[in-house]
Amino acid sequence: MAATRASEQRNVLTDGSRLMIEAMARAGADTFIGYPITPANLLYLYGMRRFPVSIAAPDEITTLQWMSGFAATGHVPVTATSFPGFALMVESVNMAYMMELPMVIVQAQRLGPSTGTATGGAMGDLLLLRGVISGGYPLLTLCPSSLEDCWELSALAVRTAVYLRTPVVLLTSKEMVMTHQDLNVNTLSAVGRVKRSLYSSEAPFEPYLPQENLVPEFLPVGDERHQVRITASTHDSRGIIQGVSRAGLENTLRLPKKLEKNVADFTRYELDEEDGAENLIVSYDVAAMAAREAVACLRRQKTGASLLVVKTLFPTPAAYLDVVGRYGRVFVVEENAQGQLAQILFGGDERKGLHLINAIGRMITPEEIVEKVSSHG
Amino acid sequence: MARQFLTSKDVPFCKGCSHAGIALNTEAALQKLGVEPLDVVIVTDIGCHGIIDKFLTTHTVHGLHGRSIAIAAGIRMGLADPEKKVIVFVGDGGATIGLKHIIAAAHRNIDMTVVVHNNMLYGMTGGQPSDLTPAGFRTPTMAEGDTGIGFDLCGLVKSAGAAYVSRIVGSGDFSGQLAEAFRMPGFSLVEIVEICPSYGVRENPGVKLSNIAEKMGLTPMESIRPDAKSFRVRRKEAPVSLLDGLDVLSSSSRSALDRKFRIVLGGSAGEGVQVATRLFAEAAVRCGLHVTTKGNYPVTVGVGYSCSEIILSPERILSTVVRSPDALVVVSPDGMEFCRRYLEQLEGEFYLDESISVGEAARTAPRAKPFRKRAGPRRAALFALMVLLADSDVFPLEEYAEVIRHSKLGEGVAVDDLVGGARELASGRGK
Ligand code: SF4
Repeated sequence: MAATRASEQRNVLTDGSRLMIEAMARAGADTFIGYPITPANLLYLYGMRRFPVSIAAPDEITTLQWMSGFAATGHVPVTATSFPGFALMVESVNMAYMMELPMVIVQAQRLGPSTGTATGGAMGDLLLLRGVISGGYPLLTLCPSSLEDCWELSALAVRTAVYLRTPVVLLTSKEMVMTHQDLNVNTLSAVGRVKRSLYSSEAPFEPYLPQENLVPEFLPVGDERHQVRITASTHDSRGIIQGVSRAGLENTLRLPKKLEKNVADFTRYELDEEDGAENLIVSYDVAAMAAREAVACLRRQKTGASLLVVKTLFPTPAAYLDVVGRYGRVFVVEENAQGQLAQILFGGDERKGLHLINAIGRMITPEEIVEKVSSHG
Repeated sequence: MARQFLTSKDVPFCKGCSHAGIALNTEAALQKLGVEPLDVVIVTDIGCHGIIDKFLTTHTVHGLHGRSIAIAAGIRMGLADPEKKVIVFVGDGGATIGLKHIIAAAHRNIDMTVVVHNNMLYGMTGGQPSDLTPAGFRTPTMAEGDTGIGFDLCGLVKSAGAAYVSRIVGSGDFSGQLAEAFRMPGFSLVEIVEICPSYGVRENPGVKLSNIAEKMGLTPMESIRPDAKSFRVRRKEAPVSLLDGLDVLSSSSRSALDRKFRIVLGGSAGEGVQVATRLFAEAAVRCGLHVTTKGNYPVTVGVGYSCSEIILSPERILSTVVRSPDALVVVSPDGMEFCRRYLEQLEGEFYLDESISVGEAARTAPRAKPFRKRAGPRRAALFALMVLLADSDVFPLEEYAEVIRHSKLGEGVAVDDLVGGARELASGRGK
């Protein structure tokens, strides 16, 4: 990292939660609906302080429904939760997906199953997020793996939610949102407010009529000139409920296509390749922090190692498969026992040269990654 | 009467279904108020009543079973114009699965109206009993009659604080009550007790709606709370950036530290462990170091252990894991209990309050120090970190002292005295 002159430094101590909330507020999210859960406590606290409107909801289903109401009337709402709360939100997340309502849900993972250990970190909800929309359609999911990511991906989440009219999940975990780290805030990129364009024609408004990029234009419910219809049921471009009709199914199939078509807008990953390296370390979220340190250490030891940190989880960019395909030995590092990212990238198959580095109930250390890679190198 | 709010009078409910009457009464009520279709948002959900969605000229939202009430509350709170009417159509099934949302909206008095189509069963799915099915009322899935007893939805909503509640039994012209509900600021609910010809009448031949309703105590009622204040969303005019609230830690001196240094501090809740950690981290940043800190404490924050992990480094810290600390500093028995997990890996120094014994567990012999005795329990953690600094080259003790002096703790801590004490205790270095 380039050294910054002391005069340009504004060093602070901060946790990821603060950066996430601040970045989202700057990007134009304006409403925070909160229901408390560990380890999303700081996100809640900051959300309540920072957003122009902040409201305490009585439960997580209400949270998502209130958010949907705010989103339908032109706001950009945010909430923060963890698996037990997210589980309650699932039907409503599907609703918001179908209604094409912009919002951001921060899901700070903790140790499960069920209530598990509230104060224990984990990266255990990847497969849940992958399959959370009925039909198997991807729900846009971004995953920060550093303080800088907490800032940038949170702003990106808001922008993407608005531009693509979709709920976005920021998948994070306890250590990312609670650990304090020093940071020179002058290194953070400027975050501009998302520009919202509204439907402006005189012609009757069709709330689900796709534009060129497959995203429909938006008008808030309550508009003075046009009737606005939104619905969770299979519907046509006018928002009229359909049975299994062609117009209805076409609209449903547009939802994943909308993300695919615009995938370049929200694809973020970190690829640090070393010439001639045969080892690739793949990680995300807090485990990526250990992976970065392990790669630096391996290189000092002259063990060739490349690093892929995935940040856009769903829809999963095709680039990840290209990268992993180029390496003979791939080490997937994640804080869960099942190797969830490995399952996503490689399926359930045994693959020669695929090595999983997993742990639950504790963070993975750089040392164990180095050891595992060295023992196979 | 020309229709304004419905596109057709032929709404496709079964012949004789009272849902049609509710739609027509809603049309008439809105006309009475003199509002325009785009002044109205009608939220429907799952159930036969929801079929009305596509026949409405208002703004329409078709949501989830029973959650319609909550999305409508969100819409109300999100709408800038308080004159817009937000109306929810639910069935008895929706009202009971969404009861929590009704109570939540009623006790906040969110300005909206819930119109409950209570035909005492689930029509859309084949006539199953709901929580509002009266005892003895037969449904296709309960030919012997429901064993539940239903409940007084209006009474419940009234006691939750709703501005307006009314119950209508049967059909007829109830547009007056609906208009009153729509007009009333705050939360209103109108329950229309009706019967589903396809399942209710078929399974209970000859039964009269008024008889069942009377037997159940579901008699017409109306309740108005003229003093009810409707919920208003508070908007902060100029929320302050969360980055503005952070202390900028300008560097004042340099640390000679040339490696990653990991410290674990163990103490008890209420004894200032987290504050001591934060100030220590601030001082380290001021000395040009990179720092991470992590708190560990039970969910009951006021009792038991309170520990922290601190990493200092001249380089940017990538991984925040602390497995084998370079210094383990423990100032209370609670802290020791939690910190046992580090003992096996411990390769660095082990500072322990002299009052605590660890027996054979430690690989490294602890340096027993009178942290608690010298500084008192509430300053023991702070003091122990001072001793660590006095004993090592991590960063200058004076920097820590300076940060403490300027902190909120400042006045209450005899900083100079503790610095002196720390230097004295540290002089026994290497013993
Ligand atoms: S099934 Fe019953 S409730 Fe549904 S439309 Fe027919 S009569 Fe009405």
